[in-house]
Amino acid sequence: MEHGSYQDQSASTFSLADEDHTLANSLRFALNQDPRVAVCGYSIPHPSEALVNIRVQTTGDPAKEVLKDSCQDLMMICQHVRSTFDQAVADFKNIRGSESQ
Amino acid sequence: MPKVSLWDLPDLPQNQLPPHLQLQKTRVVCNNDAPTNVRSTENITYSGAYAAIGVDNSLRLDEFRKNFKVKVIKLSEEDMEFDLIGIDASIANAFRRILISEVPTMAIEKVLVANSSTVVQDEVLAHRLGLIPIKVDPRLFDYMSENDVPNEKNTIVFKLDFKCERKSGERRTVYSHDLKWLPFGSEYVLSTENSSDPTSKPKTYTSFTSSQDSLPEFSNNPITVTPGIIISKLAPGQEIELEAHAVKGLGKTHAKWSPVATAWYRMLPEVVLLQDIEDEDAQKLVNKCPVNVFDIEDVGKGVKRATVARPRACTLCRECIREPGWEEKVALRRVKDHFIFTIESTGALPPEVLFSEAVKILEDKCESVITELS
Repeated sequence: MEHGSYQDQSASTFSLADEDHTLANSLRFALNQDPRVAVCGYSIPHPSEALVNIRVQTTGDPAKEVLKDSCQDLMMICQHVRSTFDQAVADFKNIRGSESQ
Repeated sequence: MPKVSLWDLPDLPQNQLPPHLQLQKTRVVCNNDAPTNVRSTENITYSGAYAAIGVDNSLRLDEFRKNFKVKVIKLSEEDMEFDLIGIDASIANAFRRILISEVPTMAIEKVLVANSSTVVQDEVLAHRLGLIPIKVDPRLFDYMSENDVPNEKNTIVFKLDFKCERKSGERRTVYSHDLKWLPFGSEYVLSTENSSDPTSKPKTYTSFTSSQDSLPEFSNNPITVTPGIIISKLAPGQEIELEAHAVKGLGKTHAKWSPVATAWYRMLPEVVLLQDIEDEDAQKLVNKCPVNVFDIEDVGKGVKRATVARPRACTLCRECIREPGWEEKVALRRVKDHFIFTIESTGALPPEVLFSEAVKILEDKCESVITELS
């Protein structure tokens, strides 16, 4: 859910339901790395309620697009982590297998 | 720092920070009283942070791909230790949180007690049964919601039938390996059954249309629980007769569904000797450290010098800088982007699969945000 203004698309707050620090902190990190972002942060209005407000203010581009791009970046990071990890585990098992023989 | 004329300052290599800023950006300095430079949110994570000096602070994808490494240190069926190098704390923490609470597992949820004459109350027994880890891959099962009928795709049924004979005269212990898997489903017949068709099979508490045995994963590999866990103790004459139904769930709802005993990470310690420490001081230093981080090396001419041999073992007990005067000699730091992850699995899935699943779950979360925004 996006709370912003129709006139100025470059700044808005996104309310994500059923989320917590797990996604919000990682998204905040990914957003910070994007040079189009002027300000970004997240807050959790109440700990008993699973709701996260992510604030994005950009240098001109619509905030929704920037958030979507950061989500994409985060997904690419995850995919790279997974492939590197799987490779490292496979290498370790190979080395261990050849050592025990 | 001594006063140097502006024209005599050395040229910084392009796109690199001066060393003191580099230290502030990449290391947590652990002083005697408290760590400093911990929170990377102190205005130095955003991409334009060092724009005034002309240094690009962003961790764009290509840089990340170039620098990211994974090193597996230890891998066994139950636990693993590996290093993630070049990743930020927020993402490492996200993986840890997902491992603990959002990777699904199977655990006993409903317990149908037919007969229990033990001293252990029914609800306590049900609670204990719920905490027993079930060694099955939860990806083969679906979630069960309230309106769903329990069938072979979302439930696992176990039976516990244990009687302590009166004539034996001694107490017996009920262990978790006494739980028997029922691949055909529940055996208890629903009481509200007006059987108009006496030849049909009576309806039980679950509706398995086919035996779970017939699935290829289970045909030679019966579903077991972790053996050796004490469920209850029975005195002569007492018995337990119950059925336990296990469903898929997340650690977020209840800790019994957590696939890890625990998962944690720590940042790589870096121990640096700021001055040369020789002879007596060196021996004192080596004796102070409880995990033997330091070693003595012979420099020659009978001079002994202390070196840092095993910085990875440092537990940050700060014994080496506790006494006054030592803080200028030894610097304890942590590398901000090098995480030593340890995962201890409860047995449902091997730890490397668990980590892979956790990363997949973070990806799925991002994807759901993207679809929600579009």
